[in-house]
Amino acid sequence: MAETIVFIIFAAVALVGAIAIVAAKNPVYSAIGLLSTMFSIAVMYVLLDAHFVAIVQVIVYAGAVMTLFLFVIMLIGVDKPDAYGPAVPAQRIMTAVVSVGLFASIALAGRAAWVTGSDAFGTPNLNGTIENVSDELFGTWTVVFLATVMLLTIAAVGTIALAYFGHEVEDEEAVL
Amino acid sequence: MSIFIEAGIRVIVAFVFLLITVLLLVWVERKFVSDLQNRVGPDRAGPWGILQTLADGLKSFMKESIRPSNAEMALFIAAPIVALLTALLIFLVIPIGAPIEINGTLYPLVAMDLNIGLLYILAISSIAVYAITFAGWASGSKYPLIGSVRSAAQMISYEAAMGLALVPVVIFAGSTSIATIVEQQGGTFFGFIPAWNIVLVPSFVIFLIAGFAETNRPPFDLVEAEQEIVGGYHTEYSGFLFALFFLAEYIAVFNISALTATLFFGGWNGPVFGPTWLTYLLPIFWFLLKTWAFVLFFVWVRASLPRMRYDQLMSFGWKKLIPVALAWIILVAIAIGVRDFGMPWS
Repeated sequence: MAETIVFIIFAAVALVGAIAIVAAKNPVYSAIGLLSTMFSIAVMYVLLDAHFVAIVQVIVYAGAVMTLFLFVIMLIGVDKPDAYGPAVPAQRIMTAVVSVGLFASIALAGRAAWVTGSDAFGTPNLNGTIENVSDELFGTWTVVFLATVMLLTIAAVGTIALAYFGHEVEDEEAVL
Repeated sequence: MSIFIEAGIRVIVAFVFLLITVLLLVWVERKFVSDLQNRVGPDRAGPWGILQTLADGLKSFMKESIRPSNAEMALFIAAPIVALLTALLIFLVIPIGAPIEINGTLYPLVAMDLNIGLLYILAISSIAVYAITFAGWASGSKYPLIGSVRSAAQMISYEAAMGLALVPVVIFAGSTSIATIVEQQGGTFFGFIPAWNIVLVPSFVIFLIAGFAETNRPPFDLVEAEQEIVGGYHTEYSGFLFALFFLAEYIAVFNISALTATLFFGGWNGPVFGPTWLTYLLPIFWFLLKTWAFVLFFVWVRASLPRMRYDQLMSFGWKKLIPVALAWIILVAIAIGVRDFGMPWS
């Protein structure tokens, strides 16, 4: 019962946040909408007993990614909210078509038998969420995990390489 | 329903404890700083001026909260509330004493013992950045904005160092639950040296430095550098809303001190003797003693060190603290691997 109430409240918050992202005139309020949606999704993970995933969602998305978003919005867009119209012609119509398609496929998927909720996997071991995740990562999926690590490292090195090389850096302090 | 009542009691007790602590903390800081600077300090309200904070708090309640005409009101009011909430929430996972047994049931002296306790602390402290960012932006004035942008950059940078400094602690303890980390420090080396995590010295130093930066305390208080940007993010705040920011900052100082004592100095572990009631009170005493030692250290540093320059702050965080933390993680991981699995050639 309590779980259902919590779910309804945070589902509502997530939806309101999602609408605010596209509807808000001021980009800062769009960012706050995105933030509240991410929080509500973290609460959903807690309800599904995935505590580790929930906390990572908060640290990575709500903590790091959104702070950088807000940082950029406040620095460059602080004086000119409301200055951007649709970038692509007929954007609204295309968005509507895509959204209807998405909702239709979600509804279809909900009717299919494989969406049965967390009970399908049995009762998870609450005290071992982190242990379970790490067992999977470093036991079953070691190769895939290492490949992802390599990919992320290459991406990070590539970003620095693109920023640093190709043009003369005169003053190292200016780069910082 | 009883589970909700118990949780409610725990949370309320923790919050009341924090608020009383802060009343004392602000007075201790002012008295200690004035002693270090050869001044008298507050001495009018109550004996030795101990009621000064209460008087200041009442005064800020009475004062008008000025609303700047350029401010975004909703966020302007939300920011100090977010600041206070995040500061209060972090304390909930810190155990303040040994579990107490009543009628055969063990009650841990912690508001909630999460198995992801350390990650929870990192998550909540990353939310704390928003309070300052919102405050700076919603004030609609340029000094707060500069202050909040500084703080966002500073807190993100030092959060990385803080998280990396905690990794060796987790590897060492084999758990991210704070209660477990404290219990693991209960033993002794050679029978008399307490087996605290302070053996991880580099972690402790990095955590403490990052803690100073996270709480925006001197020497990392360029978020509110008076000579350059007036008061930083809280320039436009007054009255009650300012008091909330003030409260949040001091709770954060207490939290970082309590965390340092808990993670590296054994938390409530210490010599316990005497009748049953004393075995329950002594761990609380040890925890408070260690925590207040670090609180005084915070104040001592504030009175001693000048403020850092912004580029010094950034290059110190990214070019020194984080590489050292990474190297230390690799060393600890190898050491623990050798301890558990033996040498790679054996």
